[in-house]
Amino acid sequence: MKDSIQSAEKIGKVDVTVTVNGTTYSRSVEPRTLLSDFLRAELGLTGTHVGCEHGVCGACNVMVDGRTTRSCLTFASQLDGAEVQTVESLGRVNDLHPLQDAFWEKHGLQCGFCTPGMLMSAKELLDNNPAPTRDEIREAISGNLCRCTGYQTIVDAIESAAKAMQEAKNG
Amino acid sequence: MAKETHFLDMSRQDEQPRGKYSWIGKSMKRVEDPRLLTGKGKYIDDIELPRMAHAAVMRSPHAHAKIVSIDTSAAKKLPGVLLVITGEEASKVTGPTASFASPPVTQYAIATDRVRHVGEPVAAVVAENRYIAEDAIDLIEVEYEELPAIVDPRDAITSSGDAVLHPERGENNVAMNRTLNFGPVDADFAEADHVIKRDLRWGRVAAMPMETAGAVAEYDEGTGKFTIHANTSMYNYVGWLIAVSLGVPANQVNIVPTLAGGSFGSKLFLHKVPTIAATLAREVGRPVKFIEDRMDNIMSSDNHASDRIYEAELAIKDGIMTGLRFKVIDDYGAYLQYGYGTHGNALSQVTGPYRIRSVGMELTAVFTNKGQQGAYRGFGSEVANFVLERLVDAAAEELGEDATAFRERNLIQPGEFPYKIPTGNVYDSGNYPAVLAEAKSILDYDGWRRKQAEARKEGRYIGIGVATCQERSVFSSTEFWFLNPNETPGFTLTSSPEGIQVKIDPTGKAFATINAPFWGNSPETMVVQILAEHLTMDPADISVAYADTDAGLNGTGPGGSRYTVMIAGAITGAAKKIKDKLKKVAGYMLEVDPDELELEDGHVGVPGSNEKKSIAEIALHAHYFRLSMPLDDHDLNSGIDATHVYDHPFTTMPNEDRSDLGVFYPIMGHMCHMPVVEVDAETGRIEFLDYVAVHDAGTMVNPMTLKGHIRGGTASGLGSAIYEHLHYDDAGQLTTASFADYLIPSVYEVPENLRTGHVETPSPFTEFGIKGGGEGGRMGAPAAVAAAVEDALRPLGVSVESLPISPKVLREKIRQASA
Repeated sequence: MKDSIQSAEKIGKVDVTVTVNGTTYSRSVEPRTLLSDFLRAELGLTGTHVGCEHGVCGACNVMVDGRTTRSCLTFASQLDGAEVQTVESLGRVNDLHPLQDAFWEKHGLQCGFCTPGMLMSAKELLDNNPAPTRDEIREAISGNLCRCTGYQTIVDAIESAAKAMQEAKNG
Repeated sequence: MAKETHFLDMSRQDEQPRGKYSWIGKSMKRVEDPRLLTGKGKYIDDIELPRMAHAAVMRSPHAHAKIVSIDTSAAKKLPGVLLVITGEEASKVTGPTASFASPPVTQYAIATDRVRHVGEPVAAVVAENRYIAEDAIDLIEVEYEELPAIVDPRDAITSSGDAVLHPERGENNVAMNRTLNFGPVDADFAEADHVIKRDLRWGRVAAMPMETAGAVAEYDEGTGKFTIHANTSMYNYVGWLIAVSLGVPANQVNIVPTLAGGSFGSKLFLHKVPTIAATLAREVGRPVKFIEDRMDNIMSSDNHASDRIYEAELAIKDGIMTGLRFKVIDDYGAYLQYGYGTHGNALSQVTGPYRIRSVGMELTAVFTNKGQQGAYRGFGSEVANFVLERLVDAAAEELGEDATAFRERNLIQPGEFPYKIPTGNVYDSGNYPAVLAEAKSILDYDGWRRKQAEARKEGRYIGIGVATCQERSVFSSTEFWFLNPNETPGFTLTSSPEGIQVKIDPTGKAFATINAPFWGNSPETMVVQILAEHLTMDPADISVAYADTDAGLNGTGPGGSRYTVMIAGAITGAAKKIKDKLKKVAGYMLEVDPDELELEDGHVGVPGSNEKKSIAEIALHAHYFRLSMPLDDHDLNSGIDATHVYDHPFTTMPNEDRSDLGVFYPIMGHMCHMPVVEVDAETGRIEFLDYVAVHDAGTMVNPMTLKGHIRGGTASGLGSAIYEHLHYDDAGQLTTASFADYLIPSVYEVPENLRTGHVETPSPFTEFGIKGGGEGGRMGAPAAVAAAVEDALRPLGVSVESLPISPKVLREKIRQASA
């Protein structure tokens, strides 16, 4: 074990070019750098939260090429050429995305720690299924743990956002 | 019990409940949310300081062992490592952590010569980044000499020799054995026509917030001052104890709160993590970030909850419950940070909502080789609720009565408040029959009973649970010490205050600084709604910030469902001062006697006339034009600001022999939970067909957020009841130290539509009649779920005495019952 650790230094770095929330970044990273750490420490995108570091809780979910991914189980070096979206891609404080607006309206969050990952799971669902049933919503967020809400208002929020987005689309 | 009206003299209430409010009682959207929704909330791991280094902690793989030697030489040579420090080395600069137990239990943030549970820190590394720090951990060699591991709390009572965790405290692992009697216990049991007995087991679980504990500490060698950013809750109450550990005066530690990604009690008195980060920062001469990973948190974050074995009995005479007595063994784990506070807490409402007139308790608190107990939503009272409700259900069954009918006859009636229970605590107010009736109505209890009967004919196992439970709120800290030995109680009458500072700026906007953090609930929203009510302001014109300990006033912080009640008290005091000042300045501006002026709709004026000034006009005048007002008004100075510290509204001393514990938790909420479950007898799976929870939290400030607590608390409560378990094997290894093994309910495990109801009986002791409501869901759900499962399986004769009832456990019970 000692030998492998001391040689980690010698492995060097790998170049990676990745587009995050529409901006392209080229960085040299250690091969073992996790995507969650890359986003948070290297790019300063601290909206992505790390809850368990073993892929269960879903707080760190981001979208990679349109699919949600556990950023705590993904190496940044795997993502050369990929498009990543984080919670920061959705809306701004004064210009919330309909999902964020619906979470606010329906009290779909309390401590807010799981929320970015939850929002990305919801975004993936609505991108692919603009009018989901409550069962489909439950399935979509079944890999995201929340300790505060009991989930019911999260399902309400996603259902409400889907309706609002459909209405906006249909004028 | 007779009405004890003299207690009312002790209470204070300036603001009576009103028939109509502008902002209180409205389901206002939370002011905290926009930044949380957009990823802009600053949690502890989002704090970055210049030249900040990163720490990781090496943890014991053994449950109980002596540390023989630690070789850090290889770790120190690893490039990028700045510091490697053992517990022994750290103890030379940083003393033990605080203990509220009497006599205290010595604990160092990093173990010195002995480890007492798996995951206990033995050394720490600071490096340029966390990756290198964790690499270095793997290079530390520790030689241990294993000691016998105590896992079963019953074994702790008789253990001896090397198996004793704290030899300086006694010859075995009993931390305390104490018998207390309140009221005529022996007589009630002697005269009973039925005595109900149950042996009950409450398993070890923990709060498990989604965010672990963390701290970023820096040490300024020039001034000798520490600045510690942390996601801790009670920093303005007990944060100074960290300074004591660090060996510096309290004014040399400034604790800066960050947003906390959930606490549920677990971050109440977060001390080990900040103490480690500060110790390392001082040694390495750079800011240090230390964030627990999930395994650190599960094994060693001092937040395991009650772990109890009960032998409990209930005396009944003529269908009325008269006496309750129990022997309880509580497994506190390896240390004892809060003393026996969880049992003190439970004694505030141990007789529940019933007219039980005597209580007998034998408490045996033990040490074992597990993570130590801390606080988790309920703080021990959720267990007492479970125990009492299991007895009540057994009583109803023995008497052949419906679970609601037996309860209805035994409930304290609305005309009996304030009601003193045998332990001495007083319940302020309530309408328990109304809560039960409302729950039955919302659920359609009789309808579900009919459906249940039909389903049974088809061989389906549907059960309806009933739990009528108390939710005490607004603790007085006496609960933390009155169970200490009488000769060394440690304290006298304790308050647990809450303070606020309110400023009106020159443009008329309000700025409030509170002395507690955001811990996942809604402190900013509460302040905004209550302050807007007082000052007749638009909530959008009020903003809220969190004081650090340098700036902070007295404050206790969240815990025991106290914050909304207590901050409402502080706001009421500060708002009165602000209103007086507004009237005084407006009086000079309008040349009217201030006594003739009223604050209404953001203006101060003479009622019924056009003579008025807006808060903005008055504020501008007060800020810049003091000298244009009479100089002989010596009480008048520039600006409009106020501070107010509100002390506990109503608490009294315990008596010396502890036959009466005094009033310590009088703001009494109540709830009735009624889940309907179906049990799959093949798999043991428990499915929720319906769930109704009716709560009484007094005057509701924000019904939407209160419902959020009820639903969320219920979800964690059914986690405690069914899925979650901190399981230690015979060697003291924690086999559920990840979220893959420690099963927090997902969306599939909770009721799809938990229906809530409210009955509002305002407290006569608090401002506006508000009661606490943060813990209720978890204090009722386990009892209710246990009842529902037992009710479902009644045809098979399966009883539920032990939580958690996982599908595996339940399936085994069904097989045994069927065999």
